[in-house]
Amino acid sequence: MVTVAVALVPVVYLGVRTAEAGWARIAEELLTVRVAWLALRTLGLAALVTAGCLVLGVGSAFLVVRTDLPARRAFAILAALPLAVPTYIAAFAWRSTLDGFEGFWAAALVLTLCSYPYVFLPVAAALNGTDPAQEEVARSLGRSAWRTFTGVTLRQIRPALTGGALLVALYVLSDFGAVSIVRTDTFTRAIFVAFDLGFDRTGALVLSSVLVMLTMLILAGETASRRRGARYAHLGGVRRVPARLNLARMRWPAVLMLVALAGLSLGVTAVSLTHRMIQGASRPGAWAEVAAAMGNSLSLSLAGAALTMLLALPLGLLSAKAPGPSTTLLDRLAYLSHALPGLVIGLSLVSFGVTLAYPLYQTTWLLALGYAALFLPLAVTAVAGAAAQAPSILDDVARSMGKGPLVVLRTVTLPLTLPGIGAGAALVFLTCMKELPATLLLRPTGTDTLATELWTHTTVAAYAAAAPYAALLVVLSSVPTWLLTARTGILTRESSK
Amino acid sequence: MSRLELRGIAKRYGSVVALAGADLIVPSGTLLAVLGPSGCGKTTLLRCVAGFERLDAGEIVVDGRTVAGPGVHTPPERRHIVIVPQEGALFPHLSVRDNVGYGLSREERRSDRVEEVLTLVGLSGYGKRMPHHLSGGQQQRVAVARALAPRPSVILLDEPFSALDAGLRTELRRDVRAALRADEATGILVTHDQSEALSVADQVAVMRDGRVLQSGPAVDVYREPADSWVAAFVGEAVFLPAENGARPGTGGTTLSTALGPITVGEVPAGTSRLTVMVRPEQIRIAPAPVDPVVTATVVGHDFHGHDATVTLHLIDGSRITARVPGHTVPVAAGATVSVKVEGTCQAWRDG
Repeated sequence: MVTVAVALVPVVYLGVRTAEAGWARIAEELLTVRVAWLALRTLGLAALVTAGCLVLGVGSAFLVVRTDLPARRAFAILAALPLAVPTYIAAFAWRSTLDGFEGFWAAALVLTLCSYPYVFLPVAAALNGTDPAQEEVARSLGRSAWRTFTGVTLRQIRPALTGGALLVALYVLSDFGAVSIVRTDTFTRAIFVAFDLGFDRTGALVLSSVLVMLTMLILAGETASRRRGARYAHLGGVRRVPARLNLARMRWPAVLMLVALAGLSLGVTAVSLTHRMIQGASRPGAWAEVAAAMGNSLSLSLAGAALTMLLALPLGLLSAKAPGPSTTLLDRLAYLSHALPGLVIGLSLVSFGVTLAYPLYQTTWLLALGYAALFLPLAVTAVAGAAAQAPSILDDVARSMGKGPLVVLRTVTLPLTLPGIGAGAALVFLTCMKELPATLLLRPTGTDTLATELWTHTTVAAYAAAAPYAALLVVLSSVPTWLLTARTGILTRESSK
Repeated sequence: MSRLELRGIAKRYGSVVALAGADLIVPSGTLLAVLGPSGCGKTTLLRCVAGFERLDAGEIVVDGRTVAGPGVHTPPERRHIVIVPQEGALFPHLSVRDNVGYGLSREERRSDRVEEVLTLVGLSGYGKRMPHHLSGGQQQRVAVARALAPRPSVILLDEPFSALDAGLRTELRRDVRAALRADEATGILVTHDQSEALSVADQVAVMRDGRVLQSGPAVDVYREPADSWVAAFVGEAVFLPAENGARPGTGGTTLSTALGPITVGEVPAGTSRLTVMVRPEQIRIAPAPVDPVVTATVVGHDFHGHDATVTLHLIDGSRITARVPGHTVPVAAGATVSVKVEGTCQAWRDG
């Protein structure tokens, strides 16, 4: 219950504070041409980026999984790697390379190039996991290859498609760093500007509420489509690796396309960072600052990860060991908070700290609470996955062998689940390190982290000074990306199957 | 090595009745097979005996000691009742030796008990292996050894052979039976496979809808089933209507049926209409007329290897199946043969 409370504090508090402002004030804030433009621009950006990600993600997933493309493993890694580049770093890299890289289309480009792995990974895993027998049946019943792909294959992978698209859309709504750096006014940037420059907390809260409602709208749409999609056959038995399409003459154009994509999504960032690093290396005193920020990042993320895991353990174990309607509800509630933009969570926790929990305000603990609210679902998933390593039948057997519950926990459950829980904790820890908006709002005054230093330097166009932070963050972020990619199974060699 | 007694145990989950007052007695040192279709409550029965579920009513008594009953619920770790689940459920992080030694005290672990039970299941020398290096059959053997090691009062086997292929299953079944016998263990084997129940167990209990319909030695349950449902569940059966022409009495009554005169063990008193159950292997087919002459038309012959089934059309229009040895020369469809029933059959009041 405490766990869910933590996840819900931001939402509930946001609602309460917004309502306090009074309807007149809300209407005055909302019914303006500016808000209408904000909404249009935000939704337009989300739609454009989602569409772009679907094209890039499905296309590259199909090429990597279902064709005889050369160096398929390498391309799989390249297609997943953009996840390791926080969008604000990619935006920073593009902007520091191209003069005048600003505005709506710039934001759309950066977000698409950074987010298409959200579609690529699940779709590649689904394409890899679908039963080729269904496709073979369709072909043997006289369907052409193309109609089989659209009629059977796409339908089979639809859950992965919609799931990935949802992630992208939610991500675009919540993105703050990239849109700020390329100066595109979306809800998140407007909220931050209202709060940070205008000290207009009510205005920021009202805008946040609208953003939350947009988020929930998208979530509801996805839930509805999932209910309709509950008819996908998962047949048992031995699964074969799907036959690969012979690309023939299209082989090298395909390779060229993927290389170009990787060049845009990764190459620009890599080249720009290296260039700026060389420039910045001559700057005196830079490394001491970097080291200090690194230390702050480590300690704040450690606190955040510790609190998150502490809260996630009971929920994760419960949902794995005793599935039921109440645990499903708890699960959903925790996920709701995950869909909330970090900026909104940060903002509502600031208000919460100022008015209700002043001793917490400007301390590490309020930031840790923010991290917990943001990354709880990530941690719960990891814990539940780990708990699945110790099915309850093992507990039963151990009990029947004459061991009490505590001994069973020590000798069976913990040894089996700790590795998974540890990996989950590491994942949460690294994710905390690259989090930007909540950290900006909630960090104790004067505490600079890698992410905030990068942001500060970028806003004043000190690109060379920002480069070392960006490089460090990219390195740190590649670890969870690697774990994620390995888990989808697209990296396994055929011989091992 | 204990006597286990279940008295009217009942268990429901919400509105679903899993056990509706089941009674069973497992004598010390014997293996009882609980046989029933899926959903009959046999797994719930096992979980209640193990102590994972609380009873709603009834009593479970081990050696005169009540471990579950009104106001009593001994936790599973204090019952000395060990379970061998369907999938073996070895602890994946422990070696074979540590798995087998899990239920033993520190001193016992240092003794040669671990090696002793591993030898019983035919896996001596496998102690250092990890579970994922074993085949499915070997994992089940280790699970049985792990259960035998602490010399439990009762061993519970929850369909432990069902995940294995047929050849392996027969062999493992025989070895596990021998191991249990060598250790004089009392056991319950839950299964939905009637040939497994009949071949392995000393006693068979047939369950349906949360109740025990019949229990007793395998031969008795097969030859003298309590009703037509039990008869059809434990094996193939041919049901024939019969007139109760003879005087009611004990033993050796002969009834007249479409298959000719049939000897039944006992006839229910005071009724004229009866149903007689004949096992297909009791029906003998001969090309030449035998005495007394009853004829039938051959409809088909299905070869199974060790035996074959012959579908016959009787004079009264009914269709029955007879089982003949596999080496029998098939009779062409449409041919007329003479038939005769051997041995004693079972008869019940009709309807």
